[in-house]
Amino acid sequence: MKSVKTSWKQIRRTPYQALTAVFVMILTFLSISVFSFIVFGSSIVIDYFESKPQVTAFFKDEARPEEIAQLQTNLKQTGKISNTRFVSKKEALEIYKEQNKNDPLLLDLVTEDILPASLEISTQKIDDLASVSDALKGSPIVAEVIYQKDIVSTLSKWTNAVRIIGTSVIIVLALVSIFIMMMVIGFKVSQKRDEIEIMKLLSATNWYIRWPFMLEGIFYGTVGTLIGWLIASAGLLYATPYLQTFLKGIPLLPASPVFLLGVLASELIIAIGLGVIASYFAVLRYLK
Amino acid sequence: MIKLDNVSKKFGTGTALTDVTFSVDKGEFIFLVGPSGSGKTTLFRLLTKEMTPTSGTIHIGEWNIGNLAKKHIPHLRKSIGVIFQDLKLLKDRTILENILLPLEVANADESNSKKKIDEILEQVGILEHKHKFPIQLSGGELQRAAIARALAFSPEIILADEPTGNLDSTTSWEIVKLLQDINKTGTTIIMATHNTEIVNSLMKRVVVLEKGRLVDDQKSKAPIEETQS
Repeated sequence: MKSVKTSWKQIRRTPYQALTAVFVMILTFLSISVFSFIVFGSSIVIDYFESKPQVTAFFKDEARPEEIAQLQTNLKQTGKISNTRFVSKKEALEIYKEQNKNDPLLLDLVTEDILPASLEISTQKIDDLASVSDALKGSPIVAEVIYQKDIVSTLSKWTNAVRIIGTSVIIVLALVSIFIMMMVIGFKVSQKRDEIEIMKLLSATNWYIRWPFMLEGIFYGTVGTLIGWLIASAGLLYATPYLQTFLKGIPLLPASPVFLLGVLASELIIAIGLGVIASYFAVLRYLK
Repeated sequence: MIKLDNVSKKFGTGTALTDVTFSVDKGEFIFLVGPSGSGKTTLFRLLTKEMTPTSGTIHIGEWNIGNLAKKHIPHLRKSIGVIFQDLKLLKDRTILENILLPLEVANADESNSKKKIDEILEQVGILEHKHKFPIQLSGGELQRAAIARALAFSPEIILADEPTGNLDSTTSWEIVKLLQDINKTGTTIIMATHNTEIVNSLMKRVVVLEKGRLVDDQKSKAPIEETQS
């Protein structure tokens, strides 16, 4: 309790240094929050695409049901197919209506005749996608084949890139935060050098001297995390309606409160770690 | 109580103490006399484990100071009250806060500590100044504050490093009288001083250091010659 009081007094007496430290921590944890949202979000998007039919064949209008059934049977006989689903023109129109229910103009323009019937196919292995896709393209009743392997692999590449860039930025910011906090706390320690010396001569243990500075580091980390996380979460909530339109059909948003609180909890652990490390090293040389 | 056996302390090429051997019994009052640079302050710093002897052994009660583990240093320092030559009072704290500091450091109960500090301040005669800052006090009052802080733990030993160094004759005698009163309660006192008038008048044991060597240990209480400061 005494350490908390001492620590709070130290913070109040140097408000500008405290603000600097908190500001750096906000930047660090705002970045960590934003990159966390992007990385977790893109993982869900990839999972969504991977779980969806990976090849969709759109049939020509003249394709007859028995020809389609034959094609389905032929595909199943290859042993590469895990699942197929036939979507008739009528069902396609229902899906279209559902997706565009808020836009009457688009609904008026489209009728059942315009939309093609399709076959959604999932393969056992992702490697089989190419051969299945080629087989479908060779069929005379198929007008177009959409092959989602490219989408998944492009998304994976982007996610990996974001992850690498994000991790690098976070490491750099974390190091900068540690150094700036070390500087701020180190400056305060050097101002209190005489006091520390006297306290040691008056039987203070190293931990008695260290604790107020460590609590100060933890305070900067915690406040920086809370503000950084709040800004990032508010930004995400604000952008949710726009992102939902963009990510139509992908069960990603709105973000679950459990996920957001999980990110906050992880960040607080990191923040406390950073605060403790920075203050520990700032005080260390005066305790030798 | 305190036993030094062939204690030497070297700093780089210089030597602060050479083969110093003497012992102090519980409840004794001794003067440590010698010119500046004779090793008095070094001896005090060795006794409080601010530094470690280059050779020789120091025992204080059950503690072997040379081998004392870092974690036991705070315990040692609680049993020794030090009146520093430069007082080492914190200028941004009141006298009460300065004297409370050792008890705060030891996590003592605050209300009990304040009560104890009031008694000590009464004993040293500066109770009315307890809410003042060091800058508001005279030299003698500051010295009393430093003594009060040394008494905070009710230590068995008090090391007083030139407690009358910057004081006029009357105030110096008041401080010595105070230390004598403390000694009468059974506290061992080692007082480093240049003041031959006080040393000769009190007729106590005198340990004389010169250039780091113990040159005399006058238990006979014979008057000593004035040392150069």
